[in-house]
Amino acid sequence: MIEILKEFGLNFLWSDGYHWSGLSVTLWLLVTSAVIGLSAAIPLALIRTYGSQWLALPIRLYTLVFRGTPLFVQLLIIYSGLASLSLIRESSSLWWFFRDGMHCVILALALNTCAYTIEILAGVLRTTPRGEIEAALALGMTRSQLFIHVLIPGMLRRALPAYSNEVIFVLHATAIAFTATVPDILKIAADVNAATFKTFQAYGIAALLYMLLACALVGVFRFAERRLLAYQRLS
Amino acid sequence: MFLEGYGHLIFQGAWLTVQVATWAACVAIALGLLGALAKLSPLAPLRLVATVYTTLVRSVPDLVLMLLIYYSAQIGLNQVAEAFGQESFPLNPYGTAIGTLGFIYGAYCAETFRGAFQAIPFGQLEAARAYGMSHWQVLRRIRFPQMMRFALPGIGNIWQVLLKSAGLISLLGLNDMVQVAKQAGNATSRQMFFYLVIAAIFFTFAIFSSLALKHLERRYSVEPQRRAS
Amino acid sequence: MYCPGPIPGLFYQPLMDTLSMKKCLIGLMLVASPLMTWGASQELRFGVDPTYPPFESKRPDGSLTGFDIELGESLCTELKRHCVWVENAFDGMVSALKGKKFDGILSALSITEERKAEIAFSNTLYDTPARLVAPEGSPLQPTAESLRGKRIGVQQGSVFETYAKRMWGLKGVEVVPYQSSDLTYSDLINGRLDAAFDDAIAISEGLLKKPIGKGFGYAGDVVKSPEIFGPGTGIGLRKNDTALAGEINQALERIHQNGTYERIAKKYFDFDISPK
Repeated sequence: MIEILKEFGLNFLWSDGYHWSGLSVTLWLLVTSAVIGLSAAIPLALIRTYGSQWLALPIRLYTLVFRGTPLFVQLLIIYSGLASLSLIRESSSLWWFFRDGMHCVILALALNTCAYTIEILAGVLRTTPRGEIEAALALGMTRSQLFIHVLIPGMLRRALPAYSNEVIFVLHATAIAFTATVPDILKIAADVNAATFKTFQAYGIAALLYMLLACALVGVFRFAERRLLAYQRLS
Repeated sequence: MFLEGYGHLIFQGAWLTVQVATWAACVAIALGLLGALAKLSPLAPLRLVATVYTTLVRSVPDLVLMLLIYYSAQIGLNQVAEAFGQESFPLNPYGTAIGTLGFIYGAYCAETFRGAFQAIPFGQLEAARAYGMSHWQVLRRIRFPQMMRFALPGIGNIWQVLLKSAGLISLLGLNDMVQVAKQAGNATSRQMFFYLVIAAIFFTFAIFSSLALKHLERRYSVEPQRRAS
Repeated sequence: MYCPGPIPGLFYQPLMDTLSMKKCLIGLMLVASPLMTWGASQELRFGVDPTYPPFESKRPDGSLTGFDIELGESLCTELKRHCVWVENAFDGMVSALKGKKFDGILSALSITEERKAEIAFSNTLYDTPARLVAPEGSPLQPTAESLRGKRIGVQQGSVFETYAKRMWGLKGVEVVPYQSSDLTYSDLINGRLDAAFDDAIAISEGLLKKPIGKGFGYAGDVVKSPEIFGPGTGIGLRKNDTALAGEINQALERIHQNGTYERIAKKYFDFDISPK
């Protein structure tokens, strides 16, 4: 076990000689797809809840499809399926994007987490206390001020517990990246397994690393909840 | 030729996925019940074991756990068999996959069942004990039926996630529909077509599951009541 | 498993629950059909990864075919035992063999020193060369200087991965391992890889002879490296299975002598692939 750690420890954590690998890649995938997913989900959730029927329907269709199919199949379609279409291969800008496995994985993860986040945010928006909206309107806020100062911050705060769960799921989902030749923690574990035949140690180290990451994430979110949702504890 | 001759194999793979998911759900529900009861038991060691189980399993990605358990299960079994001086036997790969998935999602079920057990109004339990029912009678007649009604939405959610995770067993080398689609796509170089087909099949499963769950929820589910305390 | 009973709420509910639970269980058991077979002693179980034509591959109807498969079946006939083929990913073969999932690996497994430290091998089965494949007209050669900065695909856990990582990987060549050869070829076709490094016959059957392989060809000459590639492929066996190893080697001798080996080889190869 110690020999494996000594020989492959750096691969697992940082890089394997000439490009990033392991924990750093997993963290990068997690942060990028979560940030992209969240940024896209906020306006889309607002449109889904308050927009007209014609705007809300495509969004609902999108979340239905992306939550109803496995992420693995979505990644297969984006990585292998699209690359087999000559339309994609012959366009230079599209091919530059889809050629790289990392781009494909981030796209698949972002689309998937965006769908789940839209549903979480929309659910939270629907339960906004009426008192807050009435108070804001009584104070004479315009519609856009209502959104910017009351609805969106309130939605983000109340969604924090459910969203922290979602981020943990994104972390679990990044494990799929190794099928698109992205060198994340699981890929390094597979390399170690192929090189040393010590299956339990190789995947055990990977499991430990994911556990540490999950603990760190839970800690960060608990800290955020303590600060941002402090008002709930006082009542 | 239906689906270029691979139609038969794809439906076989889809059937296999459904079977694996169903059996894994049974294992998960059984483990979840045991885990929930262990977590709520007065014995501290039992609570510790259950807490370790749920925390460990829920903080590691299911794919990593699947690879870890699937490949180590056989080695572990061999070592146990050797320790007892018995001849070990090869584990059936589908059985192992079912056990692995069931073990992983049993932890999620345990959390759901625990919450559902705790949502039963305490007055009912007091009344049952006052009538002189034994612990097991209370469990069987009062707690279990009511708990299942509270747990229904949560278990339905876990079932949907399990069904989608069953697509990962192709990475363990099993011949489910994802593997068939990969082979068919590579052989006919129509990858996009076959992947869209299996995406549609998974989507159909999800729609049917959610319709069935909505029906069950309407008939049997109750919102967990907030405890008065 | 809680199946909703017909009349909830009445006093015989627990009884009804048990009955309907039983019905559901029986229904499930009828519906499910996974095989729970224990290995019989008259069976010989071989592990194989059927994504490597012409040595082992799957027909559209799901049956296995290939040189290794036919060789294995002929050995089983000699040993008067029933062959069972267990599918397993190539990079997990050795672990699965040690874990007793099957009794032998017959999947184009090259005999190397690293593997001999973990498992035993039968006598050599056959020896086929290694080559690089790239788009036709590509100037790439199987050397570190020519491949610098390029992406080369290999199968994870194979001797080709070992060679590529050892001879080229440390010198600025990007070696990308894949779960199986067909995934390597599809990324080569769609342009994600600049070249792939694999067995020459596997490349020919799996890529060049297919319509999608048009426009691809061998790049450079055969790559020789007896230390890394070993004397050829063999059947992987557990180290303490010496009796089985002896039987297999004797059966191998017999099929060489009675011409079965030649007959099968001629079906697949037009040159001599028997070990020197």
